[in-house]
Amino acid sequence: MTSLLKIENLHVNVEETPILKGVNLEVKAGEIHALMGENGSGKSTLAYALAGHPKYTITEGTVELDGANLNELDPSERARLGLFLAFQYPVTIPGVKVADFLRHAISNIRNPDRKEGEGLVPMREFRKELKEQMGSLDMKTEFARRYLNEGFSGGEKKRMEILQLAMLKPKFAILDETDSGLDSDAVRFVSEGLTKLTGPEMGVMIITHHERLLQYNIPQYAHVMMGGRIVETGDVSLAEEIHNEGYTALRERHPEAAAEQEQVEAVTQ
Amino acid sequence: MATDSPNKDVGVGDYQYGFHDQTDTYTFKSRKGLDEEIVRQISELKKEPQWMTDFRLEAFRIFEEKPMPNWGGDLSQLDFQDIYYYMRASDNQERDWDDVPEDIRKTYDRLGIPEAEKKYLAGVKAQYESEVVYGSLQEDLAKQGVIFTDTDSAMRDHPELFREYFGTVIPSNDNKFAALNSAVWSGGSFIYVPPGVQIDFPLQAYFRINTENMGQFERTLIIVDEGASVHYVEGCTAPTYSSESLHSAVVEIIVKKNARCRYTTIQNWSNNVYNLVTKRAMAYRDSLMEWVDGNLGSRLTMKYPAIYLMEPGARGETLSIAFASDGQHQDAGAKMVHCAPHTSSRIISKSISKNGGRSSYRGLVKVDKNAKDCKSNVVCDALILDPESRSDTYPYIEVDEENVVIEHEASVSKIAEEQLFYLMSRGLSEVEASSMIVTGFIEPLVKELPMEYAVEMNRLIELQMEGSVG
Repeated sequence: MTSLLKIENLHVNVEETPILKGVNLEVKAGEIHALMGENGSGKSTLAYALAGHPKYTITEGTVELDGANLNELDPSERARLGLFLAFQYPVTIPGVKVADFLRHAISNIRNPDRKEGEGLVPMREFRKELKEQMGSLDMKTEFARRYLNEGFSGGEKKRMEILQLAMLKPKFAILDETDSGLDSDAVRFVSEGLTKLTGPEMGVMIITHHERLLQYNIPQYAHVMMGGRIVETGDVSLAEEIHNEGYTALRERHPEAAAEQEQVEAVTQ
Repeated sequence: MATDSPNKDVGVGDYQYGFHDQTDTYTFKSRKGLDEEIVRQISELKKEPQWMTDFRLEAFRIFEEKPMPNWGGDLSQLDFQDIYYYMRASDNQERDWDDVPEDIRKTYDRLGIPEAEKKYLAGVKAQYESEVVYGSLQEDLAKQGVIFTDTDSAMRDHPELFREYFGTVIPSNDNKFAALNSAVWSGGSFIYVPPGVQIDFPLQAYFRINTENMGQFERTLIIVDEGASVHYVEGCTAPTYSSESLHSAVVEIIVKKNARCRYTTIQNWSNNVYNLVTKRAMAYRDSLMEWVDGNLGSRLTMKYPAIYLMEPGARGETLSIAFASDGQHQDAGAKMVHCAPHTSSRIISKSISKNGGRSSYRGLVKVDKNAKDCKSNVVCDALILDPESRSDTYPYIEVDEENVVIEHEASVSKIAEEQLFYLMSRGLSEVEASSMIVTGFIEPLVKELPMEYAVEMNRLIELQMEGSVG
């Protein structure tokens, strides 16, 4: 069965402010979708809402992963069903070694019924796999002994996200502006890393307002968000158009959504 | 033993080591309460020299005179007359593990002591209740002149050495609980490391309280002679009982010129224990003294390991972790007294409060007049897991000399929602994520522990975190 992530009429509030106003989107395993849009259009809100951030409240609509309704599930349960979010701003966890964290994470993802305190993936097996993945992502093994994201450069943080993606092998990966704030070498690095990981088993949603990541990972679909909705869907040429011409034409084509987006910006700033 | 009144607040099942051996085979158990007769009786039973009997009686007089401390934690429920002050679980000092009585062995098995035994074979000492029932010493250490024994034996077998140092670092009149310990002390470890001898593995002792209302008043004395070094480790776990228990130890350490001593403690008393301990070290020229102190459990802990930096070049360091949960108050910290110029000290304190627990850092850095060019650095970090819990910092600094550098940093943080979300989005449950954040918080200290203690410490934190979230 081909896995399916189905987002239907999704409305999300952040605190009391409505941000998403009816998002519809289907991502199948093996597909790459680009999600574009200006700041404040709702891209990151969609990412957080999908992952289950407690501050993002679904007020209407549903998210389903292979038929399972995610609305009421906590982030851990969603992850165990196969959802992964690569963070735009990965969080620092002082004193927690990358290897310890990853071993716990994969133990839960591979054994979704695991309770805390139950056995972890055997150390030998885990180490071997971690070493292989780090090797294929061209990461130094000393990374595994560092504290999670502590003192990492921007590029290192994003590599760490890609390593997690490689280890957790989710059904669906959402990459929230993984290319932002990186120099071109770093972008190439994460892009190539991602290319190695994508395949028929995984659906990918790349959130970006650049197109750099997309040069390496060519999407079958491109979507543009504006005012909390997807206003246009096309193929890679839509992404190219935005890259070359910006959002002016799009705003003109969707004046209503553009106006709503400006309202939200006024509220949240 | 009264086992018919289970603690209402603390289910035995909540506490991993809350089992209770049927160890009713005490060869001697004093009646409850404390008076001069009990103090005499203890001394007589131990066949002590007259000077020790006199020392105990004098200490008892001081104990009676001194008022209860009115600072720190709440001691109003502590009833000195409702406690056993002395008992012996077994008459003989055992040498071989196989000779240790079976029920006592069973207790150690549950605590995983055989592993430590295997690893540090012959270096392990274990205190079961008031007496050391098991102890042996690596032969080569003995050949080098190292003495590692229980304190009672040391008084008997090394009377001159013992008397020269006993009670010199912490006199009986230091505080009420030092006086109490001096009056009724029993057991504890005695270590003497001769000049130049470096012991490169930790010497260990395990302590337990296993009878209701039994006070444990061990007395430890460590002398590290010139140029010598030692790392002493003690871990304490206690079963859960229904009424108050008192643990009031005294630890005296002398670190001579160019010597090093590290004293590591992990304490995990059950939630009804008053843990009131006086620990102090004297550090002489160019020596290094380190306290590594982990406090979990207990109802109230008041413990401020002190280092007196007596001569130039002496360094002192205290690393402490406190974990306070429901009904617990950890009032812990450190004391550094710079008595000489060119001395330096560092205090790192990490505390965690959850489920309404309270942890306080209470520390003193004192610089005497003429102790020029001293340096002291104090860092206190507190982590509060929920709004019901509390953390306080009481840093005292007394400086009588101008030319010194004293730094103090304190931080209080809460587990950030973003950290939880991040970890949970990788499949960690909320409990697992919180416990990982807490473990990471204390990691800088845990990595200083010997391996098996680090593992035990992390496991205890995980146990403490279970059921704390939701």
